[in-house]
This record gives sequence, C-alpha cells and structure tokens, in this order.
Amino acid sequence: MPTEALTLSGIDVLYADSHVLHGVSLTLRAGRVLALLGRNGAGKTTCMHAIVGFLPPRGGEIRLFGEAISRLSPEAISHKGVGFVPQGRRVFASLTVRENLLVAEQSQGATRAWTLDRVLELFPSLQERQLQHAGSLSGGEQQMLAIGRALMGNPRVLLMDEPSEGLAPLIVAEVGRTIARLKEAGQSILLVEQNVRLAFDLADDVVLLNTGRVAFAGTVDQVRDDQAMITQHLGVF
Amino acid sequence: MTRGSKTGWIVLGATLAGFPLLGGDFYINLASQIFIAAILAASLNLLVGYGGLVSLGHAAWVGLAAYSSAWLYLRLGLGHWITAPLALALTTLIAGVFGWIALRATGLGFLMITLALSQVLWGTAYRWAAVTEGDKGLSGLTRPAPFGISLDGPAAFYYFSLAVTFVALWMMARFVASPFGAALRGSRDEPRRMSALGHNVWRVRWITFVYSGFWGAVAGLLFVYYHKYIHPTTLSLTNSAEALLGVIAGGAGTIAGPIVGATIVLILKNYVSAYLERWNMLLGLVFVLIVIFMPDGVVPGVRRGWERWTKR
Repeated sequence: MPTEALTLSGIDVLYADSHVLHGVSLTLRAGRVLALLGRNGAGKTTCMHAIVGFLPPRGGEIRLFGEAISRLSPEAISHKGVGFVPQGRRVFASLTVRENLLVAEQSQGATRAWTLDRVLELFPSLQERQLQHAGSLSGGEQQMLAIGRALMGNPRVLLMDEPSEGLAPLIVAEVGRTIARLKEAGQSILLVEQNVRLAFDLADDVVLLNTGRVAFAGTVDQVRDDQAMITQHLGVF
Repeated sequence: MTRGSKTGWIVLGATLAGFPLLGGDFYINLASQIFIAAILAASLNLLVGYGGLVSLGHAAWVGLAAYSSAWLYLRLGLGHWITAPLALALTTLIAGVFGWIALRATGLGFLMITLALSQVLWGTAYRWAAVTEGDKGLSGLTRPAPFGISLDGPAAFYYFSLAVTFVALWMMARFVASPFGAALRGSRDEPRRMSALGHNVWRVRWITFVYSGFWGAVAGLLFVYYHKYIHPTTLSLTNSAEALLGVIAGGAGTIAGPIVGATIVLILKNYVSAYLERWNMLLGLVFVLIVIFMPDGVVPGVRRGWERWTKR
C-alpha cells in the first residue's frame, strides 16, 4: 500500500468564474495528521470541498491511496473511504443522536473498526443522549457527534474542517484529545484549523495556503518557530 | 409506553371498534372516507413532511389504481383478488417512472412537474373515452368479499378500511423510523451532507416517491371499492390540493398530523357542505386560522400547547 493516503496534484477549483484554488498540491501520508492552514479566504474549506466532491476540480488530480477520485460523486468518494467533519458541525438537527450515527454507518471493505458502541465509548456524553434530537445538543456535543458520525463511515482518510470553531477552551482541549487518540489509532487526518496552536500540537505536517496557492509545505517543526512565515501567511500567533 | 399513552391507545381502539355500533350509516360511511383520505394524506406526508418534497399531483395514484382496477374488473372480467395486485403493481410502476422524471428537480420545480404529470393523467382519463368512458366514468363496480365476507354494508366496509388503514399507517411509521427513514429526513435537511456520508440522495427520494405512490394506490383501491364508481375528477388538482391541505393543516412530518388533517378536510367537505353551500370558504378560513395560530399544523401545535400547559 502506498504511504500517500491522499494526494492533491495541481488542482484548480473555481466557484463559477472565480478562480479559488490555483494548482494546489499536497500529500497526506498514511497514519499522519496534515494541518492545512491559512487566513480566512485562503481556500482551505474549498480544498476540503474539492476532495469530498462538492466542488470537482477543473484541473489537476486527487488520489486516495493511489486511486483517482476527483471525478467521482460525493457518495462514491465517501464509499472509497473519505470521511468529512464539516465546518460548523452541521449535524442533522431533527434526527436523534443515534440516528445521526447510524445513518452514516458504512464498512470500508472488510474492516469494521468503528461501530456504534465504539463511537459511544469514545464519546460517553453522547451515550446518555442517544434518543435526544441532535439540534438540542450543546456546541461541544454536536462537534463530538459530527466526529462520531464521520467515524461511523470507517474512513481511510478523515477530513476535519475547523473542529474547534466556536467552542469553549475546555471543549477545544477535549476535541484535541480526541484527534490525538485517532492519530494514535493510525487514522490519517487532514485538519483545517484556525487555532494554530492546536494544529501545531496535533499535526505532523503543515501546508500553508495563501490566496489559493500553496505557500509552504513541510513539517510542523520547520514552521513552528518561523515567526516571519507565520506572520506572513497566518497573521496570528 | 407511559401509562397515560397506553390508556389513550386503549380508548382510541375501543372507540374505533365500537363506533359502528353507535353511529348511523352516514357517520360510519364518513369514517370510512376519512380512513381512505388518511392513507392518502399519510402517503403524501412521506414526501412532504419527511422528504421535503411538496407534490401537487398525489391524486394521480388514487385515480390510476382506481381506474386500472375498475377497467380490469369491467372489461376483462377479472376478480378482485387479481385486479387489486395488478392495479397496485401498475400504479407503483408508473410512480417509478413519474418519480424518475419529477425528481430531476426539487422545490417549486418538483411541485410543478408532479402537477403537470397528474394533469396528463387527468386529461387522459377525460379524453381516452374508449377505456375510461370519459366524463361518464366507469360504473357497475362491486366491492370485494374477502374470505367470503361481504363488504357491501357500511359497518363491514368500515372495519375493512380501518384494518387496511391500520396496516398502512403502521408500515409508513416503520418506514420513517427505520435507518432509511433517517436517511430520508437527513436528505431533506442537508442533502449535500448526506451525499458526503455515502448516500445517493436521489435514490433515497425516488424510493420514497415510489413507496408513497404505492400507498396512494392502496387509498385508490379503497376509494373505488367504497364508491363503486370512478370519474376523472378523482385525478383532479382539487383532490391533490385537498390531500396536501390535510398534510399541512394536520402537521407535516408527523404520523398523526395527516390523519387529523384529513379528518378536518373530510368533515368540512362531507358534513359541513350539507349545511353550507360554500363549504370551500369555510375550509379556507379554517386553514388560515390553523396557519396563524399553529403554523406547524394542528398536531405539533396542540402538542406544544399541552407541554406548555403541563409545565405550568
């Protein structure tokens, strides 16, 4: 099996006539966490949407464990093993917690690592709220549910779009611990995050996007102490 | 199940079972018609309430099943035991084709396509006189006699339609409570998100459309058995609109809502119309009042009011 879990090779993505991603290339290696960072409007979420099939790239190629997926529909990409935790959680508010999880149930081939019981074990707070409507959960619980829902699809690659957005610091720490546990379990994760400190703590590799172009690609260690680069491309920290 | 709800179900069951012993023929027949309308509204509710797909052509399934059953019975001389499954199969098949066409669009586009397709059937029923007898309609029909039990009497037909209604509502309730039903509701709320979870949203909607058409056809069979006659107006826009009105007034996306809504429409249509010539005006007024005071419909509105009352 190739060590590249997910590769983007020079993808171009457009919203109507607006060119958002310009020849973006990145590689997520198997079992690692790649942080995709950038300012607002840099194209991070667009990149995620291109991978899951919401916005098929006009040029370039996306490969999942060597297999081209850029021309597939979102459901086919999901079946290939791409799980997605969207920005803003986007749980199904009118469905119960249990239904939110079961509706996402998929087994990728013979592997059946994540089951309802295992997901509820990972998120005990959801266990007691199984029959509650997801819309009535707190922001933190909704985030746990969104992660659990993505895991129910037993993804080979997990995309997480700003999982700490809008959460209290204690909950952010819990989300961080969850991602760390998934990483320990060998889950390949592409993480989009505005919380740079959290991203650096969790990630092995970093790609910095600036106005739809890759400005830097390397390891966390290469960028963590480079204040000039951080200021130039992220403007924070 | 709580003690209160258990008692409620027992009271409801006893009332329904004992109703023909107390009510006169008019009321027994009215109740049978309510059962038929309830099945139709509940089947439409699968699309409207759970799928977020507002159809204005649902009467097509009533008319199609009724006409095909009547034609097979009258022209080919087939017995009810064979006309019923054939009519259901034909209607479900056509629902599959219509669904394939209508689900090219959602929202207003879907509504207009379902309206257009049902109007095609309505026009066909009027114009294809060689088969449908046009404006005369098909008459000379009989009611079936399952296991040798005649359904000609009001009470017998009442119990028959009650049993079918119970099965239909139970099957539809199971459908929406199943994982597939969850996928349907998810497709209504967040179709794109649902596709990213591996669901073919179009297929989920199409299966629901066909399933909904099947139960609409069941309502159509009961309709033709009840009236022993079928006319093109059965397929009219008015009938589709009344079913939709029942769903919205009762509470879309609830199991009880369409039953309550269909009851309101049928009572106004069959009971009030005996005293009031312009009963449609009253129906419109009732609908406006429901929308003003209970925008989600009667069932969710009453439930909310009850919760507020008990929390005091």
